[in-house]
Amino acid sequence: MAPEPLNAVKSRGADLTRALRDAVLTGLLAFVLFLPLIGFQTVTNMRGDLVLNTRWGLLFSIVAVIAGARLAYAVLLAPWLSQRKLRPVAVAPSPWRDFAGKWIIPFAIGFAIVYPFVVVGTVGFGGAVKWIDNFGIQVLIYVMLGWGLNIVVGLAGLLDLGYVAFYAVGAYSYALLAKEFGLSFWILLPLAGILSSFWGILLGFPVLRLRGDYLAIVTLAFGEIIRLVLINWVDLTNGYAGLSGIPRPTFFGIPFNANDDGFAARFGLEFTPVYRTIFLYYLILALAFLTAFVTVRLRRLPVGRAWEALREDEIACRSLGINTTNTKLTAFATGAMFAGFAGSFFAARQGFISPDSFTFLESASIVAIVVLGGMGSQVGVAVAALAMVGGTELMRDLDFLKAIFGPTFDPTQYRMLLFGFAMVLIMVWRPRGLISTREPTVYLKERKTISADLVGQGHG
Amino acid sequence: MANAGDILLRVEHLTMRFGGLVAVDDLSFEARQGNITALIGPNGAGKTTVFNCITGFYKPTEGRLGLRHGGPGVWEVLETLTDSGRRSMRHADGALYLLERMPDFLVTQQARVARTFQNIRLFPGMTVLENLMVAQHNRLMLASGYTLLGVFGVPSYAAAERAAIEQARVWIERVGLTARADDPAGDLPYGAQRRLEIARAMCTDPVLLCLDEPAAGLNPRESAELNELLLTIRNDYGMSILLIEHDMSVVMEISDHVIVLDYGVKIADGKPDEVRNDDKVIAAYLGVADDEVAEVEAEVGL
Amino acid sequence: MEVFLQQLINGITLGSIYGLIAIGYTMVFGIIGMVNFAHGDVFMVSAFIALIAFLILTSWLGMTSIALALLIVLVVAMVFTAIVNWMIERLAYRPLRGSFRLAPLISAIGMSIFLMNFVQVSQGPRNKSIPPMIQGDFVLLDRNNFAVTLSFKQLVIWGVTAVLLVAFWYLVAKTRLGRAQRACEQDRKMAALVGVDVDRTISMTFVIAAMLAAVAGTMYLMYYGVVSFADGFVPGVKAFTAAVLGGIGSLPGAVIGGILIGLIETMWSAYFSIDYKDVAAFSVLAITLIFLPQGLFGRPDVEKV
Repeated sequence: MAPEPLNAVKSRGADLTRALRDAVLTGLLAFVLFLPLIGFQTVTNMRGDLVLNTRWGLLFSIVAVIAGARLAYAVLLAPWLSQRKLRPVAVAPSPWRDFAGKWIIPFAIGFAIVYPFVVVGTVGFGGAVKWIDNFGIQVLIYVMLGWGLNIVVGLAGLLDLGYVAFYAVGAYSYALLAKEFGLSFWILLPLAGILSSFWGILLGFPVLRLRGDYLAIVTLAFGEIIRLVLINWVDLTNGYAGLSGIPRPTFFGIPFNANDDGFAARFGLEFTPVYRTIFLYYLILALAFLTAFVTVRLRRLPVGRAWEALREDEIACRSLGINTTNTKLTAFATGAMFAGFAGSFFAARQGFISPDSFTFLESASIVAIVVLGGMGSQVGVAVAALAMVGGTELMRDLDFLKAIFGPTFDPTQYRMLLFGFAMVLIMVWRPRGLISTREPTVYLKERKTISADLVGQGHG
Repeated sequence: MANAGDILLRVEHLTMRFGGLVAVDDLSFEARQGNITALIGPNGAGKTTVFNCITGFYKPTEGRLGLRHGGPGVWEVLETLTDSGRRSMRHADGALYLLERMPDFLVTQQARVARTFQNIRLFPGMTVLENLMVAQHNRLMLASGYTLLGVFGVPSYAAAERAAIEQARVWIERVGLTARADDPAGDLPYGAQRRLEIARAMCTDPVLLCLDEPAAGLNPRESAELNELLLTIRNDYGMSILLIEHDMSVVMEISDHVIVLDYGVKIADGKPDEVRNDDKVIAAYLGVADDEVAEVEAEVGL
Repeated sequence: MEVFLQQLINGITLGSIYGLIAIGYTMVFGIIGMVNFAHGDVFMVSAFIALIAFLILTSWLGMTSIALALLIVLVVAMVFTAIVNWMIERLAYRPLRGSFRLAPLISAIGMSIFLMNFVQVSQGPRNKSIPPMIQGDFVLLDRNNFAVTLSFKQLVIWGVTAVLLVAFWYLVAKTRLGRAQRACEQDRKMAALVGVDVDRTISMTFVIAAMLAAVAGTMYLMYYGVVSFADGFVPGVKAFTAAVLGGIGSLPGAVIGGILIGLIETMWSAYFSIDYKDVAAFSVLAITLIFLPQGLFGRPDVEKV
């Protein structure tokens, strides 16, 4: 190795001084930033008065960690990153990448199908409910909601921040109709979808003239109005207390219970609640696949192309004789329909629903999943749902952290904190989401992936 | 049936005001079957406003815009249609449309007037082929049973889609983009984007093609190719074209009829040669009063 | 009549608070065209900062002069909130400038979730209530056993809001910073070309927005005497409604919109149904955006073909 030129050594010394100075400044800033809310804690004492505790230790540890991270970034990461930037980027597609691209989807689908058996095989019947229900079903509900909203946001380019309203309509439709009229899940599932899409059209109509952030805000307002009505219309919805005792779905008429005519007895199995969980898992998996399948089909139909054209340029659409009002409404209605399906599934799975499940935070999470995944990309949306929902669900199980932070440490508290932080981080890292390229719906000679820079952002 | 030279579009007393500004003032002209009619004028003359009125993007303050489908006999019902308050009326010879009463998308869907834009409006993230498929939306929508049948993949839709792809392929070939058919439209060079936009408008199967400054930003070679394309469209398809152009040389070469606008008022109307030598037109383009034209011409050596 | 008068007073008070937050929305929207979703939570954070400052002053340092304490709390809350918002802009929004249109919005939503949960985790989920800072009121009218009162704290809110609005108006209309802001609003690229430091101007916009939010936060704490981590969202949306109603981008519009929203809310509670008061606010938002998207004082938006 050739000896380094003197000025390189000198500049590295200067770099280090600068890095240290930056780290100290960052630390100071962090100190000021966290001083009020971390340094002090408001607690209510025995007499019911609000008093202050101090947490200097915690404050200084956080400041030290942040300053240390800044220093490590400047000394270790930044040089490496700038080195990497200088190096020519390999353009030849690696065979591994081709292989992964071709097989990752079939593999993921296969894994989703065998997942319950893998879980039962690994942790046995005892621990399976937690992994299939809390993790598997939870993630799949968000995958389905993400795919449904993807039609509105990703394809048609209309930002809908009130999507959860349609989820709520589906859930309450199922709950009320099942309780009042005793209709079965299999009749109410499509009915809930139809009702939701009806609401989609109803709410969609007035907002269609709006563009950009205004559309987002009005849909948010509608979502909140529906939630507030659910809270205040106590006669119908039982208000905050919610509806309980919602009938659970049956295996085509066979209930999942310990009775003689129950599922386990009929099939000569020993009774365990896991069967119902597995059944629910496959139900939501099938619903999610249905969503994906219909979306793939719709993209290749004129209506789907019109959605994407609408996202690209609405005025051009109108100049081609496309009725943009109807096109937007179909997007709203289709998206809402899948939310309605998911909602009725949700009600049936929980057996209990309340307005708490349909807050703005839910809408925001679903939008986040769609945008983080990459608008329009179904694979991206599924990955984002797995990462964001699955990741935060896993937080519930980080018991080993208690060993580090003491027994009062409750990792679940930090779930939404990290969720919000991750949203910011992923946006800064990849503003267009994980998979931002677009696949053409039709081709003459060869299908070429379209780079993200060209794909429209939508204006609604 | 109609013959070339019959009146296709009749613009009468078109006026468009934006607040106090009169963009188009009492404009009347006609566009004829199988002709290239050019609407020219200096910047800000109101040409694009006229286009936006014809294609339904603006609602004119006053005026009547009649469009004929079928034979010339349909003009008989013009007054009846106007008085009826309806948008269109059938007639033994065909049908008559009043464009000022129709929203933009119906102008294309029913009256079959297609347009392009001054600042190209393609779908940049969709391929060349997809752009042309979107243009055939209404036909395909019908074939897919308004989506319902299409979701289940009925064979009649598959056949309709094949036919649509075939028509798109023909147009892609005609505008010389075969090699780039599967590339995103946003990746094409400027001249190719202009040609694609014209092909896309033609895929809507129009009776009247409205082009808003199709030669803007083209180099001389691309400009010549464009002239050729427009002549082909007129000659091979018998298409009637209404054209806004800024560049006189393009207009003079290919148009059959020229209308000159200045400050929203028609100042000349006739064959290219007649218009070329009109003092008012020259004055408008040079930006001087009529009586100074000779003086200025002498100065610049015309 | 008495009820109406009382609700008028209450509505103007509430509306002043909304107006102060609304200015933050309208300024940020004006300059970078983004709905700063986290602004409501910045307001909530400022109320917590004010709460902690107040507790330090009164229970630790034993300060007895409420007026002085309030003044110090106000300044402390403004300074710290400004730093917080400056940092938020720097970390979550600036890297996304000129990028994909939805990215800043999602980032702001993420920031809103983060702030709310940060306060919940660091300060606990329970409501924080303090004894009333200022007591006493004027009785304006006493008829039919109904006294119309104007409390001292309402007077303080009116006074502080008025003083700050004048200062703020001066800042925007008369100073170099205000000119730079208006230039960036019109055309950021052009402003940069003629030598305006765009990044700094945007940062300062966030700082000013945060300061006004902090005033609102302090007033909110003083008025209600209670604050919780979830108090950012609904006032945030109402303040945004105020900004939209006044015409987004218009500063006087934001204040007038705020007062209108305050009045609508209090009148609705008095004459219709208190349960549905938030529904009324959200409905005003939706109706305004649909039928009067340029608001009362905004510029109309013409579609260009």
